[in-house]
Amino acid sequence: MTDWVVQAKDLVKTYMMGEFEVQALRGVSFNIKRGEVVSIMGPSGSGKSTMMNTLGCLDRPTSGEYILDGESVAEMNDDQLASVRNRKIGFVFQSFNLLSRLTALGNVELPLRYAGMSEGRRAKAQAALEAVGLKDRMTHRPYELSGGQQQRVAIARSLVNDPAIIMADEPTGNLDSKVGKEIMSLLLNLNKERGTTLIIVTHDPNIAEQTQRVIRLRDGELDSIT
Amino acid sequence: MTFAQALLEALESLNGNKMRSGLTVLGIVIGVAAVIAMLAVGNGAQASITGSISSIGTNLLFVFSGSPESQQGPGGPGSGRSGNNIKPLTLSDANAIADPFAAPSVEQVAPTLEGNALLTFSGENTTATLTGATPEYFSVRNLQMAEGEFINSEHILGRMSVVVLGPEAAISLFGRADGVVGETIRIEGQPFRVIGVLVARGGGAFGSEDNSSYIPFTTAQSRLIRRGARDQVDVIYVQAVSAEAVPQAVEEISSIIRQRHRTPVGFDDFTIFTQADFLTIFESITGVLTIFLGGIAGISLLVGGIGIMNIMLVSVTERTREIGLRKALGARKKDILLQFLTESSLLSLIGGIIGIMFGWLIAYIVGQVAIASGTNFVPIVGTDAIILSTSFSAIIGLFFGIYPASRAANLEPVEALRYE
Repeated sequence: MTDWVVQAKDLVKTYMMGEFEVQALRGVSFNIKRGEVVSIMGPSGSGKSTMMNTLGCLDRPTSGEYILDGESVAEMNDDQLASVRNRKIGFVFQSFNLLSRLTALGNVELPLRYAGMSEGRRAKAQAALEAVGLKDRMTHRPYELSGGQQQRVAIARSLVNDPAIIMADEPTGNLDSKVGKEIMSLLLNLNKERGTTLIIVTHDPNIAEQTQRVIRLRDGELDSIT
Repeated sequence: MTFAQALLEALESLNGNKMRSGLTVLGIVIGVAAVIAMLAVGNGAQASITGSISSIGTNLLFVFSGSPESQQGPGGPGSGRSGNNIKPLTLSDANAIADPFAAPSVEQVAPTLEGNALLTFSGENTTATLTGATPEYFSVRNLQMAEGEFINSEHILGRMSVVVLGPEAAISLFGRADGVVGETIRIEGQPFRVIGVLVARGGGAFGSEDNSSYIPFTTAQSRLIRRGARDQVDVIYVQAVSAEAVPQAVEEISSIIRQRHRTPVGFDDFTIFTQADFLTIFESITGVLTIFLGGIAGISLLVGGIGIMNIMLVSVTERTREIGLRKALGARKKDILLQFLTESSLLSLIGGIIGIMFGWLIAYIVGQVAIASGTNFVPIVGTDAIILSTSFSAIIGLFFGIYPASRAANLEPVEALRYE
């Protein structure tokens, strides 16, 4: 029996845009193995963002089943979803999304704070920052760091809780190609070392090439899995 | 997330926008300071008036002619009947009250005739209250002599033309309040020898009691203050044996006068006022004044609270992305709620603390100004005012924080993250 970390079955998501009903996902099914590196691709309007929000437990599907790391999350309430996000998912965003008031360490500690952890929080955050190569930048604030360093802080933040999956939304989109490559190899290395499942949402074929599987979406339906 | 962490984060966040936080706090500072200062002024006024009433003598009673009912004016209940049958108070009434067997709770009785008179001294003239008094009046009213002596029984028996002046009346006539004993002034054209000057009592609850003059009761009766009936008196001042005996004294005096005047049951033709009655009246007046001042100040506190709500709403909108991120990282609704409520409460709490100090300062300055201008008035910053305004400002922080905070807590993470 395969160890699936993501099991998505017949995911449907519909929005009301004014008076019109928009179907962003029209019954998408796929599974992702633990430790796998998968990219999700598709042109804009293909349901790519909706898929990422659903997989990231930021939103519930209208219908269908989604089992994340053994937990069925489709029917959970807001606070339960918050808890699942906190324990099982790490987010890496295109625009880093660091809090400018906090130091790098403070930003990385944030998920641990919401997990209710008080002792050992600092040490764990320091270890995560060391793992992304920012040992000597811990007390810097985001505006004192370069774009690549900021994204490293964000990656440290995403893995500090030892999540089941890391959701990366265009992680290199705001970086130049050289720094982008560094960030990609960091993500892939962390996957190799820690075995954390990595899901990258991107439209960049060069990035998709580096992943083991590519899930392509078109008009809210599964186009292909390669 | 623990409360201590929320507090720390709130401090960091408020510190990050010093100007805005400062201005928001200022609204609360002004509100709380206004409440504290206004209540202090109100309480001070109350204490000052209460004090001056108490200085008249705590066991003093006033007996007037006329019933409370008939004072309601024509057409009032009972006015037709009792109004026609009012018998004036007389000297014999006063003597009856002074009888220690009939009224054991009564210490001393001082009947008076009261009016106003024109006093003149070598071209200077002034109008002052003129009281026809007996020797008992001196101790019943707690008077003190600055110089000379008060009216004694010889003056009464001889219907002598002597006068005791209040300090203000003395200054109006002589330009000074000492060394005037032995001078002769004219009261309504008749010569009177000055035998004493009283110690100043300050502005009392009934206007200045220092602009006054006192002549022997018998002299007033026969020469200056003529009343319709013989032996009639205007006010009988009664001193009870103690403050506790005042209600008992009221009972005794009432039954004596009822008997003597043969008043029908329930239709007294006289009124007895006690110190407690005056205190109650003035306390209710100053109480209304205090509530009024506090209410106006409270409005400014309310405005400060609306300022907090306004700023918190702006802050929530500004930090939509931050809220979305925090939710993505696992913040629950109550975490976000706590975060924003802590910020708004902190704003109002800081404002409250500064406001208390500021209000205290204002009250102190008002007190200093009052002392400098010679008024006996000390604003009182009560613990009740401090507790009231602190809790009020904390409640305002919470109340006006709830709406913005719940708006933040209920943001959809997807929407919030997408917000530019």
